[in-house]
Amino acid sequence: MKSINTAIQESKSFLYSTAVISPMDWQGQKLAEHLMQLLLVCFAVVAFITGYVLRSFQMMMLIYGAGVVLTSLLIVPNWPFFNRHSLNWLDPSEAEKHPKPHPAISGPKKKTSKK
Amino acid sequence: MHSFSYRANALLTFAITILALMCAMASVSDNFNSPSPTSEVQVLNINWFQKKPDGDDEVSLTLNISANLGSLFTWNTKQVFVFLAAEYQTPKNVLNQVSLWDGIIPSKEHAKYWIHTTNKYRFIDQGSNLRGKNFNLTLHWHVMPKTGKMFADKIVMTGFRLPEAYR
Repeated sequence: MKSINTAIQESKSFLYSTAVISPMDWQGQKLAEHLMQLLLVCFAVVAFITGYVLRSFQMMMLIYGAGVVLTSLLIVPNWPFFNRHSLNWLDPSEAEKHPKPHPAISGPKKKTSKK
Repeated sequence: MHSFSYRANALLTFAITILALMCAMASVSDNFNSPSPTSEVQVLNINWFQKKPDGDDEVSLTLNISANLGSLFTWNTKQVFVFLAAEYQTPKNVLNQVSLWDGIIPSKEHAKYWIHTTNKYRFIDQGSNLRGKNFNLTLHWHVMPKTGKMFADKIVMTGFRLPEAYR
């Protein structure tokens, strides 16, 4: 019994750490934005046409609402397929070889010196 | 799109903007509806016709109102508000309109209306001008939409006359 509970807790925290709080890479963000716009517009068009043809306002709202929920499930959590092109940040040792320039302390025309 | 809350916010904002556009389009689609309503009113009886103590005339009528307002309903119609007004002219006012009865039609199934009633609201004049008066009975309606613009129109039925003397 206790092992099932701990398994549930662990999977929840795993989901939280991957799908909710971890960041998405740049290609994934672009994909998410395009997917969101495309899906919502498509669902809106389908919903309007269906509602108009069936003469039912409620059908239009139901189809569109389902579309919004589906789109939110697809793009809001940070699914793995959004993270295929991960960024390669510089290693700390590589960064030390190119330190930040120090700002000039006296005189406005003094050039900053790079090591 | 860099975080969960950012994406959720962007999605909700875009979804609601699109919803507003859909509702505007639904309202515009109402303009393509060309309705053809019909109605007929008969004054069955003048119940009484008196001058009140403060000097104003009052009349009570029994009416038979029948109307077919089904063609007014579109997919974007919530209900139709209909009322019957008596219209006449007096020396004091060019147009007097007195609402005698109103009702709400909630759906197309109820739109073939037939009702036999006395006037729901009192027919009182501003003054004492109603003896022998010719008046029109006008059926007004307001098509109330689910979203967007409300349309209002009327049918004028002429040829009604009040008696010459009080009863």
